[in-house]
Amino acid sequence: MYRRDFLKTTGAGMGLAGLGMSSLLLPPGARAVPADVLSTKIDVALKKKLATAALEAATKAGATYCDVRIGRYLRQFVITRENKVQNVVNTESTGAGIRVIANGAWGFAASNDLTVDGIVAATDKAVAIAKANSKYQTDPVQLAPTKGVGEVSWSTPIKKSPMEVPLKEKVDLLMSVNGAALKAGADYIRSIIFAVNEQKYFASTDGSFIDQDVHRIWAPFQVTAIDKASGKFRERSGLSAPQGRGYEYLDPTPAGRIALPGGAVVYSTSYDMHADAIAAAHQARDKLKARSVKPGKYDLVLDPSHLWLTIHESVGHATELDRVLGYEANYAGTSFATLDKWRSKNFKYGSPNVTIYADKTAPGTLGAVGYDDEGIKTGRWDLIKDGILVNYQVIRDQAHIIGLPASQGCCYADSWSNVQFQRMANVSLAPGAKPLAVAEMIKGVENGIYIVGDGSFSIDQQRYNAQFGGQLFYEIKDGKITEQIEDVAYQMRTPDFWNACVGVCDQRDFRYGGSFFDGKGQPAQISAVSHGSSTARFNGINVINTARSLG
Amino acid sequence: MSIYSENEAKAILDKVVALSKADECTATLDGSIEGNIRYALNNVSTSGIVSNAELQVQVAYGKRSGIATINEFDDASLKRVVARAEELARLAPENPEFMPAIPKQTYKPTSTFSDKTAAVTPEYRAKVAADSILPCRANNLVAAGFFTDNQKFSALANSKGNFGYQRSTEVDFTCTVRTDDGRGSGWVGRNLGDVSQFSAPTEIQIAMDKAKRSADAKALEPGKYTVILEPAASADLLTFMFFGFDAREADEGRSFMTKKGGGNKLGEKVFDERVTIYSDPADPSAAVLPWDDDGLPRVHTPIVTKGVVDYLQYSRYWGKLKGKDVVGQPGNIIMQGGDKSTMDLVKTTQKGVLVTRTWYIRMVDPQTVLLTGLTRDGTFYIENGEIKYPIKNFRFNESPVIMLNNVEEFGKPVRVLPQEAPIVMMLPPMKLREFTFTSLSDAV
Repeated sequence: MYRRDFLKTTGAGMGLAGLGMSSLLLPPGARAVPADVLSTKIDVALKKKLATAALEAATKAGATYCDVRIGRYLRQFVITRENKVQNVVNTESTGAGIRVIANGAWGFAASNDLTVDGIVAATDKAVAIAKANSKYQTDPVQLAPTKGVGEVSWSTPIKKSPMEVPLKEKVDLLMSVNGAALKAGADYIRSIIFAVNEQKYFASTDGSFIDQDVHRIWAPFQVTAIDKASGKFRERSGLSAPQGRGYEYLDPTPAGRIALPGGAVVYSTSYDMHADAIAAAHQARDKLKARSVKPGKYDLVLDPSHLWLTIHESVGHATELDRVLGYEANYAGTSFATLDKWRSKNFKYGSPNVTIYADKTAPGTLGAVGYDDEGIKTGRWDLIKDGILVNYQVIRDQAHIIGLPASQGCCYADSWSNVQFQRMANVSLAPGAKPLAVAEMIKGVENGIYIVGDGSFSIDQQRYNAQFGGQLFYEIKDGKITEQIEDVAYQMRTPDFWNACVGVCDQRDFRYGGSFFDGKGQPAQISAVSHGSSTARFNGINVINTARSLG
Repeated sequence: MSIYSENEAKAILDKVVALSKADECTATLDGSIEGNIRYALNNVSTSGIVSNAELQVQVAYGKRSGIATINEFDDASLKRVVARAEELARLAPENPEFMPAIPKQTYKPTSTFSDKTAAVTPEYRAKVAADSILPCRANNLVAAGFFTDNQKFSALANSKGNFGYQRSTEVDFTCTVRTDDGRGSGWVGRNLGDVSQFSAPTEIQIAMDKAKRSADAKALEPGKYTVILEPAASADLLTFMFFGFDAREADEGRSFMTKKGGGNKLGEKVFDERVTIYSDPADPSAAVLPWDDDGLPRVHTPIVTKGVVDYLQYSRYWGKLKGKDVVGQPGNIIMQGGDKSTMDLVKTTQKGVLVTRTWYIRMVDPQTVLLTGLTRDGTFYIENGEIKYPIKNFRFNESPVIMLNNVEEFGKPVRVLPQEAPIVMMLPPMKLREFTFTSLSDAV
C-alpha cells in the first residue's frame, strides 16, 4: 500500500475532506516542538548506559536474545498553498523499543521513559510477553547468526541539514515556487517541504552498539489548471523524488537536470523546484486541451520518474518473504512469487533484459543506512537475474527458510514504539549493458506512448494485476514524438509485463524515484524506499482511456 | 495511567488556559488504552497494549498561532507546553485565514462508551485468536487476522469558557481465511462500539465459508455487470467520493461537485432518488463524539436527500467568506436502505456478481471520481437468484457517482469501517447495474 493522498487533502478542511491527514502529519506519540529542538541530539554515552541496562535486565530475566532501539524521530512540515503558509509543524518522538527472545518466542515492549528504571521495566514486560506467547508457538524462532560490530556509527552523507536551515528560507522558497507557477498559468498550487531525521541507537546481546543519524527530504507540489467554461480541471504533480539527502538537494545544479525527448524536464541528484513548477503550470494547461488516448495495445517507453512505482508494486512487494509466506495475508496480501517458483530456478519473472536487485547502500537513496534495525550491515543482492527469480528480501528470523546463512539487512521500524519487521530494500532495475540513449530507444517505436511521472496506481493482493497512470503522456508514431495526450492508464499482469521488456537504456540514464509512505503491517507502519532504473521499453501493453462523463 | 475522569481532565485544562498570556488559548486532552492481537499462518504473531495521553495547546496572538503538545501533566510540564506554544505563535507568519477560538458551546452527550469494551483483557484477545485459528486448523484452512480494542477519553476547553468531556470505546476485527492449497480465500470484518455484540466463533464461519466456496474460480469476461456489493465492498468507494464534498474545492473548480460555469452543486440532484445519506452523532449503531475537530457541535445533518446534495463541507473560514452557517463536521456517515439482507438481494438477481470486498482503491480522475481497484476474498457469479460458482477477481474502473445513479436496490444498512479513513459508516448492501470491470486478476 502506498498513500500519497495527503498532498491532495492537506489544503482541504479536516473531517470528511481531510480524512487520513492527521495520521501522516503527526505520527503516534509525536510531540510538536519548536524548531530549535530539531537540531539537538541525545548523548551517545547516555544511550549506551540505558541500552546496557536493558540488555543485562533481559538476560537476567531469562531472555536468550535482546535488542534495544533508542530512537529520536524528528519531522518538519512546511505546508503552503498559493501565497499562504498554511501550517508549520515540528514533531519529536523519543523513546525505546526492546525486543527479546525467551522460550523461543518474540516479545516486545516500548516506553518513552528514558531512565534506567523505565527501560528495565519495559524490558521485563517484553520478556513476560515472550514467555506468554511461547505457550501458543508451534516452532521456536530461528535467528540467523551475526557477529557483534562493537561501537560504530553511520550518518546519511548530507551537506546541509534540513533541520538547521532557517524556516524563513524554506517559506521564501515555497512562496517563490508558488508565485512562479501562478504567473505561468496555474490556477492553484499546493507545495510542501518535508524533512525527516531519525536518530537511532541500536544495541544487542550480540555485542553491537550502533549509532545512526538518518536524513531524508521531499519537496512535493501539485498544480491545478481550470477551464471555467467547460468545468474541466487537470492536475500536474512535481517531478522530484524524495531523497536520502540534505537540503542541498533543493540547490539546482546542471548535472541534476535532464531534458527529455518531447520537451519534459526531469531531475536526478538535485532539483529545480522553481523551474518544475513553471513547467507544471504550462503542462497542466496543455492537459486541458490534449487529445484523449485511443485505447488499445501500445509499446510503452517508461521514464524512471514513472517506472519506480511499477517496480515498487510488482517486484518490490512481491519478493518480500513475509508476504510470500503468508504473514501479511490479512492486510497487504500474499505474493504470486511463491517458493516453488524460486526453487525451480527457471521461473521467468521477466525477459533476459530484466535484472532487478535489492540494495540498502546507494548514496542518496531513501533505503540507504549503514545497519538495519537488527544491527545487520547492509548490502546489495539480485532478486531477478537475466529474467529469472533468484532471491527474496529477508531478515534474521527468515534467513533459514531460503537457506541463507545470514540476514540481508531489511529490518525496519518506523518508530521506537513499533516492533521492527521485514521492510522493502531499495529495489531497482539494472541499466542495460549496451549503450542506448532514450532518443535512440524512441526511434525504434512505431506505435507507442512515452510516460513521465507517476500517477494513479493499484495492484492486487498477490501482485499480479496492476494499473498505472502517469503525469505526462506523449504519443510516439513511427519513431517520433507527436504530441502530449491525456486519459492514459495501462493495465498489466506482472510476469507478462516484465517479459515484454525489450530494452533498458544504459547507465547514463539511471535515476531514482521513491516514496515516503510505503505502508505495511497491523498496526500499520510506514517506510521510505527508493527505486532506480533507466528508461525501459515494454511492447504490446494494454492501454485504457480513463475519461468519463457524469452527464 | 492514561484515562482521566471528567474532573481530572477539567482541572488540567483549566490550569493550561489560565497559564496562557496569549490573546486566546484552546487546549485538548486525549487519552487511550489500545490492545491488539495479530495472527497469521494459524499462529499468534504479535500482541500488545499501548497507553498514551496527550495534551495539545494552541495559542494565538492576533493572526499568528502556535501549537505544542506534551504527555506529562505536572505543573512544570504544563508551564513548559504553554510557553512553547506561545514561542511558536510569536515566530509564525500571519495566517490570513486565521479563525478565532469558538465561543462556549452546549454539547449533547452521545452513547459512545461501553463498559464491556473497556474491560477487554489479554485473555479475551487470546480467545479471539484461538476462536479464529482452531476451527481453521480443523478444516485445512489458514487464518490471518487482527483484533484491536480501545477505550478513549476526549476533553477540550478554551479561553472563552468552552468545555467538553466524553469517553468512547471501539473494537475492530478483520480476518482473512485461505485454503491451505492457496486456491480459495475468504474474509470477514466487524467494527463495533460494544464488544458484547461481537462473537468471533460466529464471524469466523463467514470467512471460512467464503474461503471454501471460492476455490476453483472460473474466469468471466470483463465488462459491465449487475453487482451486489456487500457493505465492506462499497465503503472505500464512498470514502473517495466524500473527499470531493469540500465546498472550497468545489467553488474553486476542482471537484466533481463543481458546477459548470462556476459555483457548486449544492441543492442539485446528483444521485438516484433512492440515495439518502446523513450524519448523526447520536445514531445508536454508530455513535460518535458530539463535537468536531474545531469543537463545533455535531448535529443531525442531511448530506444527500433523495439524490439531491444538501451538504458540502464548509471550513469555518470558507463559510464566513461565503456567508454560510457552519455546523460541526460529520463524524459518521449513515446511508438509508431497506430491510433485505445481501442474500435477499441475491434471490432477486437474474445474472450478476456478488462482491465481498474491494481492495487498493485509488483515484484515477478526480474530475469524475473515476476509481480503480479490485475485488478480493470471495467473488461469486449469481444466476437465477442463486450463487452459482466462484469467479476470478476483477479489476474495476468505476465512479461512485455513476454507481449511485445505477441503483437497482439497497438492503439493510450495517456498520462498517473503511480501510482508507477512520470514519464509521452505516451502509446497505447495494445492487447496482452496469458496474464496469475492466480486466481479470489471477490473484486469490
